[in-house]
Amino acid sequence: MTLIQMTATELKAAIEQGQTSCVEITRAYLDEIGRVDARVNAYLWKGGQSALDAAQAVDERRTRGQDVGLLAGLPVAIKDLLCTRGLRTTCASRMLAEFVPPYDATVVQRIAQADGVLLGKTNLDEFAMGGSTENSAFGVTRNPWDLDRVAGGSSGGAAACVAASTAPLSIGTDTGGSIRQPAAFCGVSGLKPTYGRVSRYGLVAFASSLDQIGPLGWSVADLALLLEAIAGHDAADATSADVPVPAYTRTVNESLKGLKLGVPREHFDDGLDPAVAKLVQAAIDVYRQQGAEIREISLPHSRYAIAAYYIIAPSEASSNLARYDGAHYGYRTDEVKMMEEWESERKALEKAGDDAGLNALDSPLVRMYRRSRAEGFGAEVKRRIMLGTYALSAGYYDAYYLKALKVRRLIRDDYDRAFQEVDFIVGPVTPSPAFAVGAMIDDPLSLYLQDLFTVSANLAGIASLAIPCGLTEQGLPVGLQLQAPPFQEERLLRAGHMYQVETDWHRQRPQLP
Amino acid sequence: MSAPPYQIIIGLEVHVQLATQTKLFCRCSTQFGAPPNTQTCPVCTGLPGALPVMNRHAYELALVTARALNCEIPRYTKWDRKQYYYPDLPKGYQISQYDLPMSQHGYLEISDPQDRFEPKRVRVLRAHLEEDAGKSMHDEVAGRADSRIDLNRTGTPLLEIVSEPDMRSPLEAKAYLTELKLLLTYLGVSDCNMQEGSLRVDANVNLWLDVDGERVATPIVEIKNMNSFRAVERALTYEAERQFDVWEETGQRLGDVPKQTRGWDDNACVTKAQRSKEESSDYRYFPDPDLVPVMVTDDQLAVAESQLGELPAALRSRLQREYEVSAYDADVLVNQGRAVVDYFVEAARVSRDPKKASNWIQRDVLRALNESGTNIEDFGVCARNLGELIEQINDGQIPGSRGVEVFHQMREARSTLAEAMETLGITGVDSGELIALCQELLAKNPRVVSDVLNGKEAAVGSLIGQAKKSNPNVDPALVRQTCLDLIRQQST
Ligand SMILES: [Zn+2]
Repeated sequence: MTLIQMTATELKAAIEQGQTSCVEITRAYLDEIGRVDARVNAYLWKGGQSALDAAQAVDERRTRGQDVGLLAGLPVAIKDLLCTRGLRTTCASRMLAEFVPPYDATVVQRIAQADGVLLGKTNLDEFAMGGSTENSAFGVTRNPWDLDRVAGGSSGGAAACVAASTAPLSIGTDTGGSIRQPAAFCGVSGLKPTYGRVSRYGLVAFASSLDQIGPLGWSVADLALLLEAIAGHDAADATSADVPVPAYTRTVNESLKGLKLGVPREHFDDGLDPAVAKLVQAAIDVYRQQGAEIREISLPHSRYAIAAYYIIAPSEASSNLARYDGAHYGYRTDEVKMMEEWESERKALEKAGDDAGLNALDSPLVRMYRRSRAEGFGAEVKRRIMLGTYALSAGYYDAYYLKALKVRRLIRDDYDRAFQEVDFIVGPVTPSPAFAVGAMIDDPLSLYLQDLFTVSANLAGIASLAIPCGLTEQGLPVGLQLQAPPFQEERLLRAGHMYQVETDWHRQRPQLP
Repeated sequence: MSAPPYQIIIGLEVHVQLATQTKLFCRCSTQFGAPPNTQTCPVCTGLPGALPVMNRHAYELALVTARALNCEIPRYTKWDRKQYYYPDLPKGYQISQYDLPMSQHGYLEISDPQDRFEPKRVRVLRAHLEEDAGKSMHDEVAGRADSRIDLNRTGTPLLEIVSEPDMRSPLEAKAYLTELKLLLTYLGVSDCNMQEGSLRVDANVNLWLDVDGERVATPIVEIKNMNSFRAVERALTYEAERQFDVWEETGQRLGDVPKQTRGWDDNACVTKAQRSKEESSDYRYFPDPDLVPVMVTDDQLAVAESQLGELPAALRSRLQREYEVSAYDADVLVNQGRAVVDYFVEAARVSRDPKKASNWIQRDVLRALNESGTNIEDFGVCARNLGELIEQINDGQIPGSRGVEVFHQMREARSTLAEAMETLGITGVDSGELIALCQELLAKNPRVVSDVLNGKEAAVGSLIGQAKKSNPNVDPALVRQTCLDLIRQQST
């Protein structure tokens, strides 16, 4: 087995037993990136020498007998939505194409403190808005299992780099399924932690009340490793929870006894691809064989989840993205050209004696805002800004935003009731496997429906895990979703690991010649 | 001058910068006057990914202020985003409080010591916390506009105090502002420096007219850019007259035209229409998802309550009640601030003559402070020394005519009373000595005695000069009184 075929947990053990070094591992991944990433396009920025230097520093410390952090010098890819000091953070947007933050996100800091090596920054849908990474201003990320298909999104790069063996560990973000859906499409494991479990400081906000950072990797044990490094209270994020962080890596191997799993009947409706249904049922059987009790449950309000989500998320986004106005940083329209046009328009109006036209002429400042935003943002981002602006407008607030908040409450109540009966809720991640690049580009509504099974966890703020549970006849990965009550990541990871002990879907890798 | 044929209706919105060391949602300093953009961080410059964390101290200062304004404090309050575009607002929204402000339904009592208006309660609709914006500086160089932004002020905690439209004259509006500023100063929650922008006032004003026995309201106008309380008074006076002229000309009533914003031009002494802000009508408020709601506990309320101390209104009535000073005097003393009141209380205690202590402070101490530009804590005559001076004058140990001299000697030399008296060669004249001197003078001047007995008491005046010649320390008033007493004793 080569280095890049090993899981992060196995690599860590190999380093600690002196079988390999951080530099060797980092070089192996950089080589593989060089070999395949031009085709996959998972990375927007690749670490190169800086990653090797960081790996070398960890090796030297270990050689001197000094303490090495939890991540032991393992390379980590980070979604380009997290701020990295002195390193461009683009959010896959033209708007921030040249933006260099003067500070690190808390998660970036914690990875560095745990001796993770920054391997590169991964592609995404612009500002995390989308489910296919086709909305990136820097090209689509392709699915390593089938390069004609999408990797999912918005953390498409974060999932594809793991699937393509170009990173052992990866950081994504999940607002409505943005870790779990690409993990399912790419056949890797991904966790959306409980809201507040991981600090959002330095995560460029899409929808603040839904966004959560989480790990992606091959195995659930790998997720436990990365989550342990990044989780915990942060004084710089008022919404981060002051709840102790268990040592996930210590207990992830311990199986759970007397497990009760709930299967929501709403997740097996007509909309579900039969191939996906079959593989998910088979996965549930694996748990049954391990002694788990399987119960059908109901999440009656889940049918309203998409509607509520597409009010709340764009509303928050319209506000969060207001700062990209060209005034302080980021993209600004060509002002010289703009002013020339403005002057000639003004003169023409003056000459025509058109007072009404002169009155209606926007100010140069307003025109600069409009132009910069029109040119800097992509179509999907603009669509959501408009949706959100509309929903928050005077006269519409109660009918849309406030009502969506009420639905959100009902969805949370559904989960609270369900978790009184069962330990975890189990079902599919997505209605179907990865679709072809371009297939949904003109059909945003169908794309929004891809989030059907995932958005509820964000609305309710609970933890949710996606793990690979098989391949369709076309050789496309399918994901199994396990959802847990808030702050039960420790048990959730153990439950996920139980499945991976019995199966090897998480070890399957696509062949990229 | 006849009364104008209308009533002025005034409501005030006051923005007060709270005296915290750091900003409302980050740790940057709030110090005024630093070079532009040196007191900033990712949070207050609105960089992508930065998150706000509430400054607990700012909330506590707001709580104390709200209680001093007799406001109700809801147990649950939250933060909302007020959204609009402007270059001095780097996030594209201001974090403020919309439908659940941290306090509401209070009042502030105002009165005029000169009785130009009836004492009244101005209701406070709400007081809420919000972050300040930055400052735009516009340069017009050779016709090309150039704007620069300083974000040092961005995120400074502001308490917005909104009154009900309860004021009926520019004078009442000025009284409200003066009393509010005094209250804030007593609480120590703000330095209230209008020049540095720590206290900003906007006014909403319109008129009520009587038209055929029916009350008609004119459109409400918001006035901005008033940089002193005097400017507020003048702007309101001007605006009332202007609105009446507009009414006479157009007959426009409330609701006929959109609310107008006008800026006060202090040089031209007029209000001028301001260009309405782009899309200012819809701020699309919604709860800020980056911040958690604030819950107020009984303990926090009790702490705020305990920090109120004695407020100006209570202090005025206590001075009148316990020290028997007039309402006017109490007002003057209290309006000078807590330190002057403390000074008065000590001087009154030592002298056992509050009335005279009050007079001395108003006449001599405040004038000296004004002239030298110092504050009372650094003043050369401490309260105890002033008290002793008054006591010694009352006891006849110091002639009243030389009191001011002694006062200034103490002030200039920063000396004790005894040292000042010694420097000036003043020694006490005991009553035996004084009686002997007066008897001697009366014996020498029988004409004076007979004049007095014939009802011309003023004749005693001629003896005072002689008395001072023989002993410069005698108190003229005491000489006069003693002589009169002796003449009456002799005649009976
Ligand atoms: Zn700051």
